[in-house]
Amino acid sequence: MLTKEQLIVPENRIYGKPTLMNETPMHYCPGCSHGVVHKLVAEIIEEMGMEEDTIAICPVGCAVFAYRYVDVDWIEASHGRAPACASAIKRLWPNKLVFTYQGDGDMACIGTGETIHALNRGENIAMIFINNAIYGMTGGQMAPTTLMGMKTATCPYGRQADLHGYPLHITDLAVNLEGTCYVTRQAVNNVANIRKAKKAIRQAFENSLNKKGTSLVEIVSTCASGWKMTPEQANQWMVDNMFPYYPLGDLKNTVVKE
Amino acid sequence: MAKMRGAIVVDIERCKGCNLCTIACPLHLVTLSSTVNHKGYNYAEQTDWEKCNGCTSCAIVCPDGCITVYRKKEENDG
Repeated sequence: MLTKEQLIVPENRIYGKPTLMNETPMHYCPGCSHGVVHKLVAEIIEEMGMEEDTIAICPVGCAVFAYRYVDVDWIEASHGRAPACASAIKRLWPNKLVFTYQGDGDMACIGTGETIHALNRGENIAMIFINNAIYGMTGGQMAPTTLMGMKTATCPYGRQADLHGYPLHITDLAVNLEGTCYVTRQAVNNVANIRKAKKAIRQAFENSLNKKGTSLVEIVSTCASGWKMTPEQANQWMVDNMFPYYPLGDLKNTVVKE
Repeated sequence: MAKMRGAIVVDIERCKGCNLCTIACPLHLVTLSSTVNHKGYNYAEQTDWEKCNGCTSCAIVCPDGCITVYRKKEENDG
């Protein structure tokens, strides 16, 4: 019978915090999906051996401090302008892995113009889109992706079509643009989905390196604090309410794997 | 018969007590402690570590990367 001391030795270590993720405590609320996606990004960059050749662009939103946590080169873009910033970087450094990391307020509201045009130009960048249907950082206001009937700080009686319009499906819009090569929607609420999301982000990064066009990976996420739930309730609420509206899976994939 | 043995080490000060690892563990071996860390969170801890097979589920879902998993195959003659 192995004792704990015999088991907990470096050669038996099979999983842990990726080395690209530093010791800085993350400012995210307990159970936030951002942490899982940061971890996936760090793992993938490490597995691809691109630690020295990655340039990432942070958004404005909860992930504004992403540069503090993942030890690669980051640029902080103004609100919504990450795709424009990434386009320029990728054109000047065509061999670097360039990706943007944006939330729904950043990508689907303030930066809609930049997003649509970067996708349409087919810039060789990867875009990670965290969709939690709310403005998390500023205190839970309505976002373009807020579901119908969903209550937020700025629509306390629920989102109504005549007053607030309809949720914006930016990922579905991207499918129809010729510049995109890979458009997918994933989640990180359980182990199986996290594994699928990791595969999707990896493919998006490879497309960026192989100059196949723009890849958009939407991650349907939770905002436990903004939704005023516990992390486990938020995950359940997401499964019950978000998934029917934002169904998971690949929406477009023009890249044929050799 | 060979058996997989596992154990986890939790970075107590980094843990925010979100409880996601508790739900993710298929054997229900992770629970939140009754004491708190310096931030005031009830951190994750392993109960009954002899039953753990090192599946890494708890560590994969951890948003803060607090959990390190160790695993070894144990050869058992009996």
